[in-house]
Amino acid sequence: MFKLRMPYWACVAGIAMSSCEQRADAVPIHFGYGRAATANEIAGKAIAIPPSGIGLPPGNGTVQQGAVVYASKCAACHGVTGVEGPFNILVAPDTANAIPFDRAPKRVKSIGNYWPYATTVFDYVRRAMPYNAPGSLSDEEVYSVTAWLLYANKLIDTTTIINAKTLPAIVMPARKYYVTDNRKGGNGPYE
Amino acid sequence: MSQKMTRRRLLLGGAATAAVAIVKTSFGKMVQTGIPEAALDPTKHVGPLPSALGTRSPFEHPQRKATLTSSQTPLQDLYGIITPSDLHFERHHAGVPAIDPNTYELLIHGMVDRPTIFSLSDLKRFPSVSRICFVECSGNFRKPDKESITPQDICGLTSQSEWTGVMLSTLFREVGVKPKATWFLAEGSDAAVMTRSIPVSKGWEEAMIVYAQNGEAIRPQQGYPARLLLPGWEGNTSIKWLRRIELSDGPFMTREETSKYTEPVKDGKIRQFSFTMDARSIITYPAYPVQVQKGWVEIRGLAWSGRGKIARVEISTNAGKTWNIAQLQEPVLDKAHTYFRYLWQWNGDTTEIMSRAIDETGYIQPSLEQLIKARGIGTGYHLNPVTAWLVKRDGQVVYKPEQWK
Ligand code: HEC
Repeated sequence: MFKLRMPYWACVAGIAMSSCEQRADAVPIHFGYGRAATANEIAGKAIAIPPSGIGLPPGNGTVQQGAVVYASKCAACHGVTGVEGPFNILVAPDTANAIPFDRAPKRVKSIGNYWPYATTVFDYVRRAMPYNAPGSLSDEEVYSVTAWLLYANKLIDTTTIINAKTLPAIVMPARKYYVTDNRKGGNGPYE
Repeated sequence: MSQKMTRRRLLLGGAATAAVAIVKTSFGKMVQTGIPEAALDPTKHVGPLPSALGTRSPFEHPQRKATLTSSQTPLQDLYGIITPSDLHFERHHAGVPAIDPNTYELLIHGMVDRPTIFSLSDLKRFPSVSRICFVECSGNFRKPDKESITPQDICGLTSQSEWTGVMLSTLFREVGVKPKATWFLAEGSDAAVMTRSIPVSKGWEEAMIVYAQNGEAIRPQQGYPARLLLPGWEGNTSIKWLRRIELSDGPFMTREETSKYTEPVKDGKIRQFSFTMDARSIITYPAYPVQVQKGWVEIRGLAWSGRGKIARVEISTNAGKTWNIAQLQEPVLDKAHTYFRYLWQWNGDTTEIMSRAIDETGYIQPSLEQLIKARGIGTGYHLNPVTAWLVKRDGQVVYKPEQWK
């Protein structure tokens, strides 16, 4: 019901390329709508940080500065030490080697025991926190509060500087447990 | 103006003899406040004349059930497969943003030949497509321990609309997606700046950027002025208020695909990128708080699968001992809510009624016990178990609480 005459991707993928080009009524590859995005426009919007750390801004963060940012801008919602709430618990209450999650219905998931990449902390805090003023932290503040969160989760010590080079290098304990979904439907065993 | 005068006079005329309440507002204007009671003989009074915007009957009160983070569709109050737009479920992470369609922009960049910015009117100029499909939150499951639970409470985080927009493949061709691009990031412009990584293959196959829902502009709660739509996939991936798409050669590992929307499974593993919604069904009638009478009862409900069409729905009226085939109401669409019916003669004995969906891949909707056995008790998300309703001797239908074990 939603297929047009010629699936677009078939043309792009080179499948039946000749029939794409020869048909007078074929859907054009290019309509010419929209306008070119400038490098500046892209730079201002491309804020997502993948595990490689590509796109991390200049700057450094320390655990000490992070403690100050956390106390003034985060603790009210996440608790003085990151475990008290009222909102999401940010500091793992148990070690990475406690009983696996599949055998513990109420095991708390937090950065230290559940997050697979440290870059996600920077990315998420910069885009969405503090909840009442999202996007208000400077990059240095984000680096610092990230450092504090990693320290509080026993992933770095007090002297580690967090920046574009050190952050992607941190190996998170939960990383090794992650698997990609393999459910396929059908009437095989449930997954 | 003169038309309005005529109308007011007409209404006043009617009010002289009946219970149409004419109220004087603070501005001294006379307004009719509606006819709340059925006591009037409608054949003896001229009713309200045509108006700019329709309303529901004052006797109907379907409502979403809202919490701080979501609101659920009242499945038990609906007939057929389309969810009225104002009853579509909501799940958002930082409220509903107000976006001006005139300044709205969608940026597509990254591994593309021509990074491009599209306005809303640009998007609307492309060849358009309409499709009916469900959107369901992968957290659409409650494990209540009491009987007074409605279909809305159990799985009201699924809704269905006719969506209209442009195929993402059209835009991919427009910007020239590079062959090495295997994933793309979709980003919303709400206060959570919500992001998900999506395999490019889904983008080429059936993803859409939609700007209309059930024939009108998409509702703010559903992503106005434009959202991503990934049929059959967990609702969170269909990023609302879409502002940016970045083509890449790997996933970004955003918070919503690591900390959230992942589930612990067997052997201590954490399952990630569980995109597809498995087949599910729910009896929406009779269900709590309905009370049935002895005799014929038409069992009704919804079935759907993120893997294709519903092939079959089976009903048990004896607590799962035997199963019978329900009638499917056309249309039976790909990745869409499908309406089913089954005529049952209730003899007045206590029993349990339940439905299970079978999709075109042959997948059979499991029990909660089967799901937990396959994944472990620490699991979450993507729970689609068979739901049983207990019919008591007095005809009262209640939810049958299940043990989480
Ligand atoms: C006004 C309350 C509030 C404040 C202040 C606040 N947060 Fe949050 N935070 C929340 C809420 C609510 C969520 C859950 C949001 C969601 O689920 O989408 C959250 C989620 C998070 C998460 C993700 C947790 C998870 O388990 O996925 C992190 C990390 C976080 N906040 C860090 C911070 C940091 C760092 C600060 C200070 C700069 C901060 N927050 C300030 C309310 C707050």
